[in-house]
Amino acid sequence: MNMTYREAISQALRQAITRDERIFLMGEDIGRYGGSYAVTKGLLADFGEERIMDTPISEAGVVGVAIGAAMGGLRPVVELMTINFALLAMDQIVNHAAKLLCMSGGQITIPLVVRTVGGAGRQLAATHSQSFEGWFAHVPGIKVATPASPYDAKGLLRAALDDPNPVIFIEHSLLYGLAGDVPEEEYSVPLGKADVKRTGTDVTIVAYSRMVQVALEAAALLEKEGVNAEVMDLRSLRPWDKETVLASVKKTTRAVIAEEGWRTGGFGAEVASTIASEGFDYLDAPVQRVAGVEAPMPYNKALEQAAIPKASDIIAAVRAVL
Amino acid sequence: MADMALAERLDKALLVDLLRQMLLIRRFEEKAAEMYARGHIGGFLHLYIGEEAVAVGAVSAMQPQDYIVSHYRDHGYALARGSPPGRVMAELFGKATGLSRGKGGSMHLFDVPRGMWGGYAIVAGHVPLAVGLALASKRKGENRVAVCFLGDGAINQGVFFEAMNMASLWKLPVLFFIENNGYGMGTAVERAFAGKDIYRIGQGHNVPGQQVDGMQVLEVREATATALEQVRSGGGPRILEALTFRFRGHSMADPELYRSKDEAARWMERDPIVTYRRYLGEQDMLSQEETDALEREVGATVDEAVRFAQESPDPEPEALYQNVYLD
Repeated sequence: MNMTYREAISQALRQAITRDERIFLMGEDIGRYGGSYAVTKGLLADFGEERIMDTPISEAGVVGVAIGAAMGGLRPVVELMTINFALLAMDQIVNHAAKLLCMSGGQITIPLVVRTVGGAGRQLAATHSQSFEGWFAHVPGIKVATPASPYDAKGLLRAALDDPNPVIFIEHSLLYGLAGDVPEEEYSVPLGKADVKRTGTDVTIVAYSRMVQVALEAAALLEKEGVNAEVMDLRSLRPWDKETVLASVKKTTRAVIAEEGWRTGGFGAEVASTIASEGFDYLDAPVQRVAGVEAPMPYNKALEQAAIPKASDIIAAVRAVL
Repeated sequence: MADMALAERLDKALLVDLLRQMLLIRRFEEKAAEMYARGHIGGFLHLYIGEEAVAVGAVSAMQPQDYIVSHYRDHGYALARGSPPGRVMAELFGKATGLSRGKGGSMHLFDVPRGMWGGYAIVAGHVPLAVGLALASKRKGENRVAVCFLGDGAINQGVFFEAMNMASLWKLPVLFFIENNGYGMGTAVERAFAGKDIYRIGQGHNVPGQQVDGMQVLEVREATATALEQVRSGGGPRILEALTFRFRGHSMADPELYRSKDEAARWMERDPIVTYRRYLGEQDMLSQEETDALEREVGATVDEAVRFAQESPDPEPEALYQNVYLD
């Protein structure tokens, strides 16, 4: 059936809580308020306060408590209101969630999902408009999902909930209203498997999260110029599907990578370096990257729009590799 | 001196066992220092010498199903909880037979089957983990209390307050056991904490606290038992502060320029092992022969632990990639 990205995530949560009594949600204003982005709206009434726990504004503490609850045999799903606030919980995520299985010699498991929301475009200024998925993807021991469509959002969330490892599930605030076809029943979209959103022969555009939409927009415009672009959605950044990316580049011989966050140290650099070192012989042009402007995000609407990659930026990069 | 009434309620075997455990920790730590000096142990080594009555008294009051979540000066808890000394020493040596398979080292001892849920080396970072374990315990109706050992340095971290607040808000079975040894690394408590009494730090969050003499094992045991009973009955978390002192530096690298020899000497006069052994002798609970036998037994255990660690294999090269993810 047709539903939005928001509804798909909400349905996945509802089905998971119904199916597995170990699963419960924790987060700021997810219960009575209904969730900052209304993803958890209505869940408290249906499942009660034990399963839908409103927490104090204590990101580090809440993630730490969730890790402990997971160690104790529960399956917590934490909502961090935005990825910007995840910085407050970074110690717990990086030093505990990602490490305890290994550092305990395999004695401790942390089946934890941390849902959070990244991205810019709503005039929320510098501290509320960031894209930190690359920071998480840097860390062994956690997995990172970045759904770009309603179908993937529901399926990747199921995969995250079935995973015995901690998964950071990064939604995008501008995708919540995006509608698409989503099966009513539960299904899983595996982590680490990219999706070819549009097949093409002339250039591979690699993207994830909202940049998939922007890349598809660029591809539609390029088609009018007679350029046939292949658009690839990574869907998850750790693990990430380099095989599918390399296979596509082998076919098209040209690659453009689009991400919303800052260029320096961004996840696109990892993709570009892999293409350069493992797919160098396929390439007919240097890999191009499209990324956010390297400045704190401004509040002013026009300035903000200038800082976020647009279809025209991707088109320019494609022209540069053709 | 220890309260006679406390001892009267315990049988001789237990009273002597408490001494044996403290001695084991003392001799183990002395040997670890020696092994560190000889290059068998890497990284940081934080010794528990001087604080033995805290771990032994507290752990002896816990039930087998209870959780220990500890700071990084953690050897004492593992040994008091019954982790094999050989496997503890092997972990310090980084060996495959170590408690954490050589992946954790001195600061990260894990022995989950025995209720030792880890030593943690980000100060206060483990406090919410203990609260989460308590949440799971309560949700599953398990009657397991999470005992979170933290140092006086940890109480100035924000996450300590966050975790304590949630534990109190949700009435979770946690005991925050604050081991006050006077110094957060080299910074004296009074130079780091603006309050007066650490055990009162939970007042604003409705977490009652008490203080106990951490140099007296029976006092620690009694206070812990009382606190655990209160926590177990569903009243929510409590704080117990034990006043103690580490006789050695913060770690092996510490020249101890920040505290006076007089201060250390004053505390060493109250050595928890010496005073308790003397007390047991005065009560005719322990003869000199028995004391000597105990020393020999503990000495042999520690020698055997070293032998086990030395003879154990290093982890295989493939271990580098093991337990990064669970399949």
